[in-house]
Amino acid sequence: MKMILTIAGKELRSLFASPMAWVILALLQLLLGLFFTNSVGRYFEAMQGSMLPEQRIGFTAFVMPQVFGVAVLVLLTAVPLLTMRQIAEERKNHTMVFLFSSPVSLFEIVFGKFVGLMTFISIVTVMVLMMALSMNVATDLDIAHLLTNALGLWLMAASFAALGIFMSSLTQQPIIAAILSFIALLGLVIIDNFAADPESPLNYLSLMRHFEPLATGVLSTTDIAYFALFITTFLVLTVRRLDADRLRG
Amino acid sequence: MNTVTVEASDLTRAYGGRAVVSDVNFTLNKGEVLGFLGPNGAGKSTTMKMLTGNLAPTAGTVKICGIDMIENPKEAKALIGYLPETPPLYRELTVDEMLALAARIHGIPRAKVQRAVEQAKERTGLTEMGKRLCENLSTGYQQRVGIAQAIIHHPMVVVLDEPTRGLDPIQIRDIRALIKELGGEHSVVLSTHILPEVEMVCDRVQIIHQGKLVFSGEIEALKRSRESNRLCVGLRRPPANDALLALPGVAAVEEAEGLLRVQFSDGAAGVPEAIVQASVAGDWGLYQIAPDVTSLEDVFLHLTQQEEALA
Repeated sequence: MKMILTIAGKELRSLFASPMAWVILALLQLLLGLFFTNSVGRYFEAMQGSMLPEQRIGFTAFVMPQVFGVAVLVLLTAVPLLTMRQIAEERKNHTMVFLFSSPVSLFEIVFGKFVGLMTFISIVTVMVLMMALSMNVATDLDIAHLLTNALGLWLMAASFAALGIFMSSLTQQPIIAAILSFIALLGLVIIDNFAADPESPLNYLSLMRHFEPLATGVLSTTDIAYFALFITTFLVLTVRRLDADRLRG
Repeated sequence: MNTVTVEASDLTRAYGGRAVVSDVNFTLNKGEVLGFLGPNGAGKSTTMKMLTGNLAPTAGTVKICGIDMIENPKEAKALIGYLPETPPLYRELTVDEMLALAARIHGIPRAKVQRAVEQAKERTGLTEMGKRLCENLSTGYQQRVGIAQAIIHHPMVVVLDEPTRGLDPIQIRDIRALIKELGGEHSVVLSTHILPEVEMVCDRVQIIHQGKLVFSGEIEALKRSRESNRLCVGLRRPPANDALLALPGVAAVEEAEGLLRVQFSDGAAGVPEAIVQASVAGDWGLYQIAPDVTSLEDVFLHLTQQEEALA
């Protein structure tokens, strides 16, 4: 556990040593800020048009899925850029040897890297959450609904990170890792659009299908289990891939 | 008391059926410096990688202080410090941060990390460099940080892959002194292709050639095998070869690059003195006389032929 934290701390330090993390944080905040203001405006327009009580929906239910939905799309492009360096660049710069010859297991290396990234992703999630919470001054927000949205965003980003780390372990070239992760993630997000009937297994595979219930405030174990399985699968695959490095040289 | 720190038995590594290292056996005792000598591509680095658990051997085992590297990698790796061919430095970290990371990842308690970093820096001459980014260091300094991260946790075994590469003569002298010092308390395995380096710092030497150990023994044995029975003699007015052959003990004379290479028979003593005296008496104009220094390749040839003769 201590080793995982040591590696996670190193990853976080490296992330913030490059401008990439700061640029992503700043741009995300700008983009979401604009979108948030825009949604608030549209909420008032929509509510003025709907006079009947059953047409009226709460502020949280109207604005938050939109804001968090955009945050997911931004992270879909941002996370591959963060994960691409994780293992590919360590290979390229010969620093992987440093970890391999230290008394740490492959699982600790991979999980440490994942925890480091998740710390960054948690910072992003908290920043989005705080922006949303600022509306609590003007209205009574549905805090529970807001939190399921934040959890959804966090789990989506965690899945992106796990897949990104795996892609990074396949190659020596960070750019290739980024492209591979982006395409794989985009595919997994939109795969439900190819489903012919509602019972198709493609629906179950789609990341978006598991995010949507959380966005509407439904916390279901099916979705949580899906994300947990997704993350575990790709982290285990990464460990296997690194083990192959040692075996095949 | 068991003082064996490294035990490699039948170490073999094949890539696609081609054996790069085959059947390498050796043991190393506490306090010894073992030199791995060999030309480029002989399998030195591959052996180092297997010793440090970076590469799984195709066959054979590595034991560090009795702990099997394959069965208990974590425990075995904790006893090793490794400097690979390229120093493994995170470019975005400063020297202090890099060394602190190395200390923590090797399980040094948080309270002692600072002291370990200071010590490692002092031993490798990096005291002034703590705040510099690894990225901005010169090759020589990067190499020193590489050595510092390998010794920071006082490992039982230090494995150094060409530790003096890229260093200037003064640094090379310092690092060699450091390696000798390390040999006192730890065991050191170092690889190099520089023969004098092995003679200077190592207690024992192993010569590896095309993946096979061709020589293994005390450094004195290597020194003896380098001592050839030949002299390089430079004469301004060389006499006929017969005149030299007439001297006692001289077996053969041949001309090489303007000098004369004089070979004397085994066990013959006093040949140099005889040549000097004859030169003075005969006014040959002697301006140079020296033992013919055997090159590394010659040693290899000599040793491989010896092995074949024994077989």
